[in-house]
Amino acid sequence: MSGNITDESTGSWTAAARRQIERRLPWENLLPDRQPFYVGSWVYVFGVVTIAALAWVVLSGVVLAAFGPQWWHLSNAGRFFNSMHFWSVQVFFVFMVLHLWGQYFMASWREGRAPTWMIGVVTFAISIVAAFTGYLSQQNFAAQYIAINAKDAVNSTGVGGFFNVLNFGQMYGLHVMLFPIVVILLVFLHIVQVRMRGVVPPIGHEQKPAVTLNLRK
Amino acid sequence: MDQPAGYLHWGFILISWPNLILIGLMVVLFALALILPFPGHRSSIEEEKKV
Repeated sequence: MSGNITDESTGSWTAAARRQIERRLPWENLLPDRQPFYVGSWVYVFGVVTIAALAWVVLSGVVLAAFGPQWWHLSNAGRFFNSMHFWSVQVFFVFMVLHLWGQYFMASWREGRAPTWMIGVVTFAISIVAAFTGYLSQQNFAAQYIAINAKDAVNSTGVGGFFNVLNFGQMYGLHVMLFPIVVILLVFLHIVQVRMRGVVPPIGHEQKPAVTLNLRK
Repeated sequence: MDQPAGYLHWGFILISWPNLILIGLMVVLFALALILPFPGHRSSIEEEKKV
């Protein structure tokens, strides 16, 4: 192979993909060591706390799935992990909503950040369904009560044919496999989008030359 | 704990007390996040001004 062949001259899709990633998401944007001054606010912490809570949700969920319903209902350690899974979900939703409020009032879809906003919206919606399947997967009377009361409402939406709340196996499978994968993937894409375009500046601080913005080139 | 929650019923508004208290706490937390100074924020602004 000739040494004259460069990335620009090769027509392969891998080289094109690499060039796109390097152009849109350079390492200094992906793992920055400095942030604009306005990031020094507690409002910008809500998103990070949501990610931390999601980590606890996933870790405690993996342990629960490994040992099963009898363990999480009848043993002390199981009840502890069951509670940790439940409360980390509460923290996840509380801080996701606080993050939503903060970004809504900051109009965070500005300056090409609409994909970031939309991925966040979809993550929120899917997280609600994921939590719902979790309530149906508890293997207790509360789960049965929720399923019986939810079935008519869910069926009235037309999705009952492939989302049967009375089918524990289906709800549990969705809860421990499909929804975690989708939520984690969407959160990953959300973070990548934030890193590509930089953290949204407060209204009135856009494009100031003194501020180092990692905006999309 | 193992009993149904109490509800606030005010006109067309019907909400359980635990949910109402949680929403109230979230509003307080949001307000505090706007008001409270962030640790190290002042020094980072001064550092940025020096540069």
